[in-house]
Amino acid sequence: MVVREGDTATAEVAGVRRSISLSLCPEAQRGDWVLVHVGFALATIDEDEAHKTLELIEELGEAW
Amino acid sequence: MKFVDEYRDRTRVQSVQRELASLVEPGRTVRVMEVCGGHTHAIYKHGLGELVPPELDFLHGPGCPVCVIPMGRVDDAIALAHQPDVIFTTFGDMMRVPGGKRSLLDAKAAGADVRMVYSPLDALAIAREEPERHVVFFGVGFETTAPATALTLLRARTLGVPNFSVFCNHVTIEPPLRTILEAPDSQVDAFIAPGHVSTIVGTRPYEFIAGQYGKPVVVAAFEPVDILQSAAMILRQLREGRAAVENQYTRVVRRNGNPTALAALAATMELRDTFEWRGLGWIERSGLKLRSAFAEWDAEERFTLPGRRIADPKACSCGKVLVGAAKPWECKVFGTACTPERPLGTCMVSSEGACAAYYAYGRRS
Repeated sequence: MVVREGDTATAEVAGVRRSISLSLCPEAQRGDWVLVHVGFALATIDEDEAHKTLELIEELGEAW
Repeated sequence: MKFVDEYRDRTRVQSVQRELASLVEPGRTVRVMEVCGGHTHAIYKHGLGELVPPELDFLHGPGCPVCVIPMGRVDDAIALAHQPDVIFTTFGDMMRVPGGKRSLLDAKAAGADVRMVYSPLDALAIAREEPERHVVFFGVGFETTAPATALTLLRARTLGVPNFSVFCNHVTIEPPLRTILEAPDSQVDAFIAPGHVSTIVGTRPYEFIAGQYGKPVVVAAFEPVDILQSAAMILRQLREGRAAVENQYTRVVRRNGNPTALAALAATMELRDTFEWRGLGWIERSGLKLRSAFAEWDAEERFTLPGRRIADPKACSCGKVLVGAAKPWECKVFGTACTPERPLGTCMVSSEGACAAYYAYGRRS
């Protein structure tokens, strides 16, 4: 997410900048990664949790 | 891209592949149904069916919102598009869905003002730009999309836009899952639950599947590593004799979902007594309609619709494909009379449909 202006924001979606609504995701801040669907941010992406998921898989790899 | 590449990583995929191989019981087939068009698409796109042990079978459930809309509702949409002074707005993937005789794309070719929009907010913007016309938005989709329609309705009311309405066909995820579990020939051993629907509804709506039906559920993200890891989580539950709702998509999905979205939905929409689904028939309390407080913005209140029921073409097996009873290639007309360019059934239209995904990426070994 690039710029926030009240309830709307500019987000970069696969290299394209477009306006999105933050009505469903009021906690999103500049620099956050958000999940966007039909012009609305639905959720912020939790970086810590994303790492935990990958770590679980790394552990699988180590077991072999 | 961040949050994508690392979940497509070859080494990680191979780790989970080995895990899957260690968890299956030779000779015992486990049927895992995913109920999200995004998962169906990802499974075919990345060839995941070929990466898992033969004992693991992916079934594709009614998770493509375009695919489950019955033909009669498409005809209602076409009738709305042909009303004088109406601009009919829709997501692009509804354009080619066949009704009884024609699609919205055909209606556009015949002179109706049908426009593709990316968001319901774009439809509302058209209404404000063209106050002498009436703009109808074709509301289609599960709980992922319905809140966007809900917020657009709330905004239409706040701004006092009189020339905007919604033709509401939104549906909810829980009733079709129950229908599939109750089917006498149900073969589903476990579910991969939809990731993006779950960002809205959370994980609680699936708890009855584990509690009442004793089947594992894992909410999954959409990259290859995610889907394979979710399958491994399911196999581990089965091996340990457990049935629980687990969340693989923790980076986005929280147990209680998105309360703001759920509140917007509750404020604007309520359950219909019954709603028709392609492949599944009429399911009680499965579809959403606008609350009477929003009658002014309800296309079904403002216009008279034909409301005809139309049976699917006999040659089309969409009904069976949608409940996992048939694979796309088992349909007689797959890839011959029914192709993405000239679809007979809805499963061939949207890229999230099982037939279209298999047509684009599928290969049988």
